[in-house]
Amino acid sequence: MIPTSHYLILSLLLFTIGVIGVVTRRNVVIILMSIELILNAVNINLVAFSRHLGSIDGQAFAIFIITDAAAEAAVGLGIIIAYFRNRQTLLADEMDLLRW
Amino acid sequence: MMDQILFYFFGGLAVLSAVLVVTSRSAIYSAIFLITTLLATAGLYLTLRAEFLFAVQIILYVGGIMVLFAFVIMLVNLDVALHQAQFNRQRWVATLLGLVLGAQLLLAFLLGHRDGANRDLLNLPSVAVTQLEPNTQLIGDVLFNKYVIPFEIASILLLVALVGAVVMGKKRI
Repeated sequence: MIPTSHYLILSLLLFTIGVIGVVTRRNVVIILMSIELILNAVNINLVAFSRHLGSIDGQAFAIFIITDAAAEAAVGLGIIIAYFRNRQTLLADEMDLLRW
Repeated sequence: MMDQILFYFFGGLAVLSAVLVVTSRSAIYSAIFLITTLLATAGLYLTLRAEFLFAVQIILYVGGIMVLFAFVIMLVNLDVALHQAQFNRQRWVATLLGLVLGAQLLLAFLLGHRDGANRDLLNLPSVAVTQLEPNTQLIGDVLFNKYVIPFEIASILLLVALVGAVVMGKKRI
């Protein structure tokens, strides 16, 4: 059997990579993809503890998180398309209409 | 033994392609590597004996969300975008701070929670495969009994997301 800590470390790695992606990339689509990576890391954690504790609740939570990811991707990509039609850019540091 | 081979294969694949998602220049390559990461995660769910989540992951993420991403990338594909800088000016500071965040989480694993035998989270004993069978039936049971109100809220959330996506896709906004 693989110890639960291995899954924790793997999830930590994926989470960190996702966070680095969010803060270093300029393309908004890739920032959204990095958020999907973060959500996946959380899911791995939940499922690993679901097995560790012998309880199914973690897997139910993982399903809720997948639902959230789907909703977030749909709305986020819709916003990206609407923004792109108006401004012809996808770069996060050029989206500065609200900057004072 | 087989379990370990599968875990290291899928885990290594997931981490490697996650790094490539973040570092590759073209958005469509990122999307393809993200698909690889998601499939490897689905394989990890199998090693954890979560068969229902394995199927949901492939159908919903790879079949649904990633198709959405691919469509959007093709709709907004710009040749000029490839010649622009793909990383922020603050990328090195940002990477450093991200690594610091990872180190903090690792420290939290080591110092945070202790169980009855004073073991930290990284020394949890490995447990035998628990009786989470039949997997799909148990998940349905807990979703429709214990978590029925969150389930309904999730359905409202999906409705809101549906309306939001349609409004955002309108011609004049």
